[in-house]
Amino acid sequence: MTKSLFDKIWDSHCVDTNENGTSLLYIDRHVVHEVTSAQAFEGLRAANRGPWRKGSILATPDHQVPTTQRNQGIAAISDGLARLQVKTLDENCNEHDILQFDLDDIRQGIVHVVGPEQGATLPGMTLVCGDSHTSTHGAFAALAQGIGTSEVEHVLATQCLIQKKPLSMRITVDGKLPSGSTAKDLILYIIGQVGMAGANGYVIEYAGTAIRELSMEGRMTVCNMSIEMGARAGFIGFDKTTESYLSGRPFAPRAALQQQALEHWLTLHSDKGASFDKEYIFNSDDITPHVTWGTSPEHVLPITGSVPTPSNLDETQRNQHERALEYMGLSAGMPLIGIPIDRVFVGSCTNGRIEDIRAVAALLDGKTIASTIKEAIVVPGSGLVKAQAEQEGLHEIILSAGFEWRHPGCSMCNAMNPDRLEAGERCASTSNRNFEGRQGTGGRTHLVSPVMAAAAAVSGHLTDARTLDQEE
Amino acid sequence: MEKFIRHSGRVIPMNRANVDTDAIMPKQYLKCISRYGYGDWVFDSWRYLDPGDVDTPISQRRINPEFELNKPIYSSASVLLAQNNFGCGSSREHAVWGLRDYGIKVIIAPGFPDIFLNNCFANGLLPVRLEQQDVNRLFDLAESDHGLSITIDLDSQDLEFESQKINFKIDENSRQSLIKGYDSIEATLQQSKKIETFERRYFNQYSWLEVDLK
Ligand code: SF4
Repeated sequence: MTKSLFDKIWDSHCVDTNENGTSLLYIDRHVVHEVTSAQAFEGLRAANRGPWRKGSILATPDHQVPTTQRNQGIAAISDGLARLQVKTLDENCNEHDILQFDLDDIRQGIVHVVGPEQGATLPGMTLVCGDSHTSTHGAFAALAQGIGTSEVEHVLATQCLIQKKPLSMRITVDGKLPSGSTAKDLILYIIGQVGMAGANGYVIEYAGTAIRELSMEGRMTVCNMSIEMGARAGFIGFDKTTESYLSGRPFAPRAALQQQALEHWLTLHSDKGASFDKEYIFNSDDITPHVTWGTSPEHVLPITGSVPTPSNLDETQRNQHERALEYMGLSAGMPLIGIPIDRVFVGSCTNGRIEDIRAVAALLDGKTIASTIKEAIVVPGSGLVKAQAEQEGLHEIILSAGFEWRHPGCSMCNAMNPDRLEAGERCASTSNRNFEGRQGTGGRTHLVSPVMAAAAAVSGHLTDARTLDQEE
Repeated sequence: MEKFIRHSGRVIPMNRANVDTDAIMPKQYLKCISRYGYGDWVFDSWRYLDPGDVDTPISQRRINPEFELNKPIYSSASVLLAQNNFGCGSSREHAVWGLRDYGIKVIIAPGFPDIFLNNCFANGLLPVRLEQQDVNRLFDLAESDHGLSITIDLDSQDLEFESQKINFKIDENSRQSLIKGYDSIEATLQQSKKIETFERRYFNQYSWLEVDLK
């Protein structure tokens, strides 16, 4: 029988399906962070239950951790409630003997950077985390889903998720990405085409030569933003790139187990002729560097474009469009190049990996950021990413360009720690959401790739990284 | 969980699409470690004119009179009418806790994202998906001077208002769990044997996955 990758993973994890068509789906890996887990552990305690399989869980604090002064551990968290939450995670992990990379551990970082980096995310797995960007792990041919806190508790207690099988979508991008375009531009472009609600009810398989040619880091960037179209998950079939990334990772199988695993992993792709409920095919030539102009990731355009005019939209869309322009302090028709930037943020589970930092350092080499930039920060996705970058000397280039070099965490992606925008400030950000207030109340976000963020820092305004050297 | 069979209430029209969970429950309130007490903060940055945090006394906040929830005609309404993709973005269940604690029982929209749907069901809130034209019809009534009251019957899956009826469908499993108000963990644990049998077979086949993280 021809099966899609999704069918294969789903079928192998189905414990049971009831008369309503709802399944119990077995979960291999549970990734946990401080913000969405406290109430779940509390629920377990109240019902006198324990985790079903504690060895399946990996925890690390990330959302509220400070990116400066990390030598003081939890005490360095200035906000009392945030400190309590990180401490609560620590206590819950200790109580249940769950593996946690705490604040002092070099392996600490953003959950979606840490899991893959450790080889805790493996092909064919089902993986959940109380975080919508869990789709990141799908880059490894895994079914990785974000869940709410009640579901976190359910998975802790039963190792299963109650779920009706979602619909499947395949997005194929063939050809070669134009020079100067990155995985971030690819996914921003796709979101612009599919729309913010376009994948509600679906899981997405990304396919085609442009996807195949991406590194694992690039694939994670793409899968990461699947949720920005409403998708339950996003994934990419297993291949040599996946295999070599995993080889030698601490939790990846070794020796005889590795051979067994590999045999299975090699089956983790959609069979020829597999069917999908919906298909999109895009041409890679259209994927030039992109930037968002509004307050939804679907408000996205090539950097060479202008802020759109809302004339040919229906009333609800027009209202939303006008609200977005007002919030962003922009007017229709303005060219995107030249919009002045106050702060620059490089980091997050979308673009906080080593390849992203290399790209930023390559662009910044020998340059300095514009004097009008109030603050530009690079926040590595994990302690190990940071160490790797330092070993390569990237932090020196970044520091001498005028950026700050921070400790790992979610940081200004969602501004739950002290890194945030002030009202009215405008940021070129490598993160994944440009919602109102996402990076700080009243803050304005333009989503871009790491090179485009670095270029904006150098110019002091949104600009096309490909032609940066021609700017005077 | 409280059972949901039938509910009647006033409708608050919120004529915006893609309302995200960052807007429903801003980040500063995600620091709390309880499941309750989020009602005063739902839609915080739209609802108040000044910024707030967990310890800002609500009595000192400046109310935004323009915001839907604050209009006297909609006070004590319990049915939220929204446009497509309500609840998109972050998986934070705090958004649903906020709506629930504010007193919302039913949310009607042309569509919802999956994580938000699950979070609603887990907390006894009923998300109702209707065709865009029906949603538009309800908006016209709810935004009129006299407003709109509505009855939602989960048994017959009908919306009743002003001697009209619209039938809706929700996933049968979710409907059952709302009607019975049961604890889904308890229900799953009753299938422990099945899960254990599955695990034995599964780990026999995929032995590398049985290895504990340490
Ligand atoms: S980096 Fe941003 S999107 Fe990713 S987990 Fe952290 S807060 Fe969420």
